[in-house]
Amino acid sequence: MTITDIVLIVAAALFIGVYVSWRAGRIDRLHARVDMARAALDATLLRRSSVSLELATSGLLDPATSLLLAAAVHGTRSAGPGGVVPTEAGRPRDLAESDLTRALRAAFSQPDFRSSMTGKEGADELLAEVEEATHQVFLARKFYNDVVALTREARSRPLARLLRLSGKAPAPVFFDMDDSLIADLPSATLAPPAGSAPLAG
Amino acid sequence: MKIGIVCPYSWDVPGGVQQHIRDLAEALIEAGHDVSVISPADDDTPLPPYVTGAGRAVPVPYNGSVARLSFGFLSASRVRRWVNQGGFDVLHVHEPEIPSLSLLACWVASGPIVATVHTAIPRSRVLVVTYPVLRTALEKISGRIAVSEAARTTLVEHIGGDAVVIPNGVATHRYRKAEPLPGWPGAGGAIGFLGRLDEPRKGLAVLLKAFEILGQDRPGLRLLVAGPAADAEEVLYRVPAWLRDRIVLLGQVSEDDKIRVLHSVDVFCSPNTGGESFGIVTAEAMAAGVPVVASDIDAFRQVLHGGEAGELFATGDARDLARAAGQLLDDPARRATLSAAAVAAVARYDWSVVARDVLRVYETVVLGSTRVAVAQDTGGYPSRGWLP
Repeated sequence: MTITDIVLIVAAALFIGVYVSWRAGRIDRLHARVDMARAALDATLLRRSSVSLELATSGLLDPATSLLLAAAVHGTRSAGPGGVVPTEAGRPRDLAESDLTRALRAAFSQPDFRSSMTGKEGADELLAEVEEATHQVFLARKFYNDVVALTREARSRPLARLLRLSGKAPAPVFFDMDDSLIADLPSATLAPPAGSAPLAG
Repeated sequence: MKIGIVCPYSWDVPGGVQQHIRDLAEALIEAGHDVSVISPADDDTPLPPYVTGAGRAVPVPYNGSVARLSFGFLSASRVRRWVNQGGFDVLHVHEPEIPSLSLLACWVASGPIVATVHTAIPRSRVLVVTYPVLRTALEKISGRIAVSEAARTTLVEHIGGDAVVIPNGVATHRYRKAEPLPGWPGAGGAIGFLGRLDEPRKGLAVLLKAFEILGQDRPGLRLLVAGPAADAEEVLYRVPAWLRDRIVLLGQVSEDDKIRVLHSVDVFCSPNTGGESFGIVTAEAMAAGVPVVASDIDAFRQVLHGGEAGELFATGDARDLARAAGQLLDDPARRATLSAAAVAAVARYDWSVVARDVLRVYETVVLGSTRVAVAQDTGGYPSRGWLP
């Protein structure tokens, strides 16, 4: 064995080591991004819940619609695991959040819903805020599912599987829900309702 | 008396509340009162003359399942118009704690309002949170009726206030005559069962075991089972193979077919193991004049007059059920006696009697009150005047 051979072997080992640790680092960064996206999604869902509750108790709506919205919000608060952030037992969170979407949609899609609100103090601001919050949920969920798809793909590479590069981190799961926006937004840009919704990635 | 009744659920969908309202309204009309019902209904549904449609109900998620409800200001203004034109002496709303027409009616109307609670939902945080919103509407109720002691207890414990218990009635005249299903009951005799097949408390398991015992020395005996189930075929696998072709599963049947089922059997069996507050199905079988074998739970003991109007067997005991049903199958004279006793006993649960109790509630709340009118504070819809 000559000096050249030894140098070559050491260089190859070094190269492999650097490559593997780069792959591992990438997977680690992806997991961190998933965590961030999950926190962002959680925040937007909570924001949507609280704005919806504000609308329900605002006195702008009739009592039946109020009760319907409040019940849906209550459902999201007491939802169990099944979504991004596990909470205490109850209905799976993705289903509960989809229910809130449908309740909001039912309220907003009443004919002349808008015109019945005009002229009422604070109504326009509150309705705009609900729509804004719902749109944010749509965006945050899209970004979350995006990075989940990337992460799952990186984890499933043969090298990553062979060397267990993802360590003990559990595989991130997609968050699937009905978040098709309520009134007045072009539905073409929106995700189809849950059930028919393809998973991102 | 001019009576306005509000139904929260779609008239075209079969359901206990709708049936209750239909029977009550017809009994009141029969007694000479002027009754108008407002209910969500599809526009093309044919409605009885006393029903006013309030537009299509919208399917929305509520309490973990999808319910078809009427809400929103358009429904509210339809109810207001109906109240305005009706000139009612009393308004009777059903299930006012459901976000639908009844709640809206409480909101838009003033004057004597009676509310009937069918299923009392324990007060949840939802009600607490929206309570300021609901309070003005629900506080207008001047008299509450609960259809069962259980519903009343939940109401008292969780929602507050009290209620008179007036159980569901049976429209006995509807049950008296019907054409048996073709080929039934047959020479070998037939036993009938009505109810959810996969709800253990309905007791089908006890009946199947008893049928196995009876089937051994009664080669012609058949069992007619009607009721919904997630997996009806599964029922057949609970009995030995030689018995399976003697059990006929009808699945969910229409109201009319239900009555025909009752007339298609020699003995009707109510094997419930509990959870029954009145036993409406048992009462309906009695109204049809079918001899009844029922488990010995309080509800059945009461409706069967302690065994005078039907046989009782030890609850959950298949052997005792087989004995009681076997004796009845062998004794046509006893069956005729029980049939006549049942028809007589069930008369006190007839809607005409129940409607009189309801009417007494109406008369009480009307005392010293004005007529039903559109509430002033919601007159100019939409206003915020109903907030505390």
